[in-house]
Amino acid sequence: MAQFRVCPDSGFYFDKSAESLMKANAVAGAVSLLIAGILGLGVILTRWQGVHLLPADTFYQVLTGHGINALIFWIIFFEMAILYFASSTLLRTRIAAPRWAWAGFALMIIGMVMNNIAVLQGNSSVMMTSYAPMQAAPHFYLGLILFAVGALIGCFVFLGTLVIARDDRTYEGSIPLVTFGALTACIIAIFTIACGAIILVPTFLWSIGYIGHIDAAMYRVIWWGLGHSSQQINVAAHVSVWYLIIGVLFNARPMSEKVSRSAFLLYILFLQLASAHHILVDPGISSEWKVFNTSYAMYLAVLASMIHGLTIPGSMEVAQRAKGYTKGMFEWLRKAPWDNPVFSGFFFALIIFGFIGGITGVVMGTEQINIIIHNTIYVPAHFHATVAVGTTLTFMALTYLLIPVLFRRALFLPWMAKWQPYVFSAGMTLMILFQLGAGTLGVSRRHWDMDFTGAMLSFEYPGTAYTLMAVAGVGGVLGVLGGAMYLIVTVGSLLFGKKLDESAGLFQGFGVPLAPSSYNVSQPERLPMAPKLAVEEHGSGGFEAPGTFALAMALLVCFVVYYFINWDYLASVWPLS
Amino acid sequence: MSSFLPPSERVWWNTPIGKQEIVWIGVALVWCLIMFLMMPYWHIYGKQNLSNEAYQTTPARFQAKVDEMVTQHKVGDISGIPVVKPPAGSDVYMLGRLWQWYPIIELEKGQSYRLHLSSMDWNHGFSLQPVNINLQIVPGYEMVLTVTPDQAGEFTVVCNEFCGIGHHLMLGKIFVKEN
Repeated sequence: MAQFRVCPDSGFYFDKSAESLMKANAVAGAVSLLIAGILGLGVILTRWQGVHLLPADTFYQVLTGHGINALIFWIIFFEMAILYFASSTLLRTRIAAPRWAWAGFALMIIGMVMNNIAVLQGNSSVMMTSYAPMQAAPHFYLGLILFAVGALIGCFVFLGTLVIARDDRTYEGSIPLVTFGALTACIIAIFTIACGAIILVPTFLWSIGYIGHIDAAMYRVIWWGLGHSSQQINVAAHVSVWYLIIGVLFNARPMSEKVSRSAFLLYILFLQLASAHHILVDPGISSEWKVFNTSYAMYLAVLASMIHGLTIPGSMEVAQRAKGYTKGMFEWLRKAPWDNPVFSGFFFALIIFGFIGGITGVVMGTEQINIIIHNTIYVPAHFHATVAVGTTLTFMALTYLLIPVLFRRALFLPWMAKWQPYVFSAGMTLMILFQLGAGTLGVSRRHWDMDFTGAMLSFEYPGTAYTLMAVAGVGGVLGVLGGAMYLIVTVGSLLFGKKLDESAGLFQGFGVPLAPSSYNVSQPERLPMAPKLAVEEHGSGGFEAPGTFALAMALLVCFVVYYFINWDYLASVWPLS
Repeated sequence: MSSFLPPSERVWWNTPIGKQEIVWIGVALVWCLIMFLMMPYWHIYGKQNLSNEAYQTTPARFQAKVDEMVTQHKVGDISGIPVVKPPAGSDVYMLGRLWQWYPIIELEKGQSYRLHLSSMDWNHGFSLQPVNINLQIVPGYEMVLTVTPDQAGEFTVVCNEFCGIGHHLMLGKIFVKEN
């Protein structure tokens, strides 16, 4: 029989098995982030030409490990925790097939360890993308495959949990928006993992000699169905978390359920086309295909993100105004809890994701503009804005919410937690902006030596490029410091944070449930529908969230200006046809 | 808290939408369509477009074409790498291999050339600096595009796709001379 506890602070119900799974996945994610962060420090200190820390072979090895741990392991482990939370906890239901979920978790751990060992052994420095015909050791691919199978099991456990909740009628009406968003992430994840299987299984067989040849162009097209779409899981997941955070902090309701849910549907329908972003300057792919796919079919997925960009802060503004923060355009924002890392983390993630990550992504994903950007350091700068700040900082903010609620511990060093989003955002933004600049000057990504020492021919980048990369280096170090602060607070809280409930012992923070007496609810109350508003403000004359609308228009202006600046820059390069 | 409660209307897709959201969706959609149309527009009126011309090839076949061009049009060498000056308007072949772009090419400013690019082994990145033209070079595929250098000077081809331990040593040269 399922056993639940109710969190006295938040009112969330936790199923005993689901809770342990969430903890285990979140902790595994944090371990991956630790590895990724340490390796990231090596990368940024080597790209900073004045420091040039690591030798070439170690640099390429470290860069491979950094990419895989940060972009795949950290994020997907954490997303598994989010899927279990959004299904079991939010719908107040027992989790489906917890043994399968643990089996999936075990596969993910085995896969992660196996892949990291392959990289550590030194003969798999092939970068995260591992473009065939460059070959890694067989267990490099096998590790990724096992990890993906484990994640796929997690997705089906999530879907099964939704079915159980529906059958047991644990909620009234439709599933909540946050769960809807998590469902979006799950559907995209299944597509992504299918692409991964289609390309990685043959590549694994090729690496052990069963298949003679992998076509290099085909590999790129299908691999990016995994590589880019997996970043779209993150978008769907972190947007859902943003809705969750504004609900928890501000009691905010979406401005319109219809608009927000339709935007998630647009993600499902169009985000997968983004494989095209990586092959815009590849041979053998037609312009028509590139134009249609790179634009997600006329930018309908970009439209979805622009909609969330308005509705999330807009919903927060409406809730704040209802509380009386109505002065001027921005009192609702000034009076937000800036000391609370859950809020500051969420809000910085939103702004940096939209203003930097979103705009640069669309610009470089334009078919012709990609000619001046492909494989320059502009590319990592873009995805650090989207994933390393957008997704990662959102998950950090969510962690601060979950430490008391899920782990039942008080935050360790709360002053450090308070400053963490500021330090992390400042460092990462500095790094991103200056790398964007260096990329515009043509500085290559995944490159050990800007000086080309020892090459048969010689080349020098302009002096400005060196300065930009040095400032980016300072920003990167600050970003790693911010990441370290997160891990100190998180691990410190699990080990030394004040216990809020009776503990079951030393390993309670890492997957073991709380003391048995905490689980005293056998059947949670059915989740009610949101109360109807006394005054229906939708459809009335005025704008409900004028401050947000002003921010959205500012975003649009930056977007338009920057977009055409890049066309202008493109027009200055040699004519090509 | 209703972002994590079921919506207050059972039929959520039938609820009215606020004016602010409608205006924003309209504005954003128009912008999306403009961005979409910019790409076909540039294919018609812009000067920087990649061709759709590409062929499947093999390293041996492509190498033979490069060698033929080098024999016919070699004008010198730099660090042991031949410098080739193909006639204006002709087909120019350049290959990427671990870890070199081969051969060195000399072009005339304002003339158009059909540039053929391929790789002998792994993926390489053709990054022409300081012009900043970046192309993906994939083994087994021959990419063809027409280039018209409009500046004279010395240009460097940096490899910007990771290709193993000598990646950062992989450079090539294109010289453009005034005519």
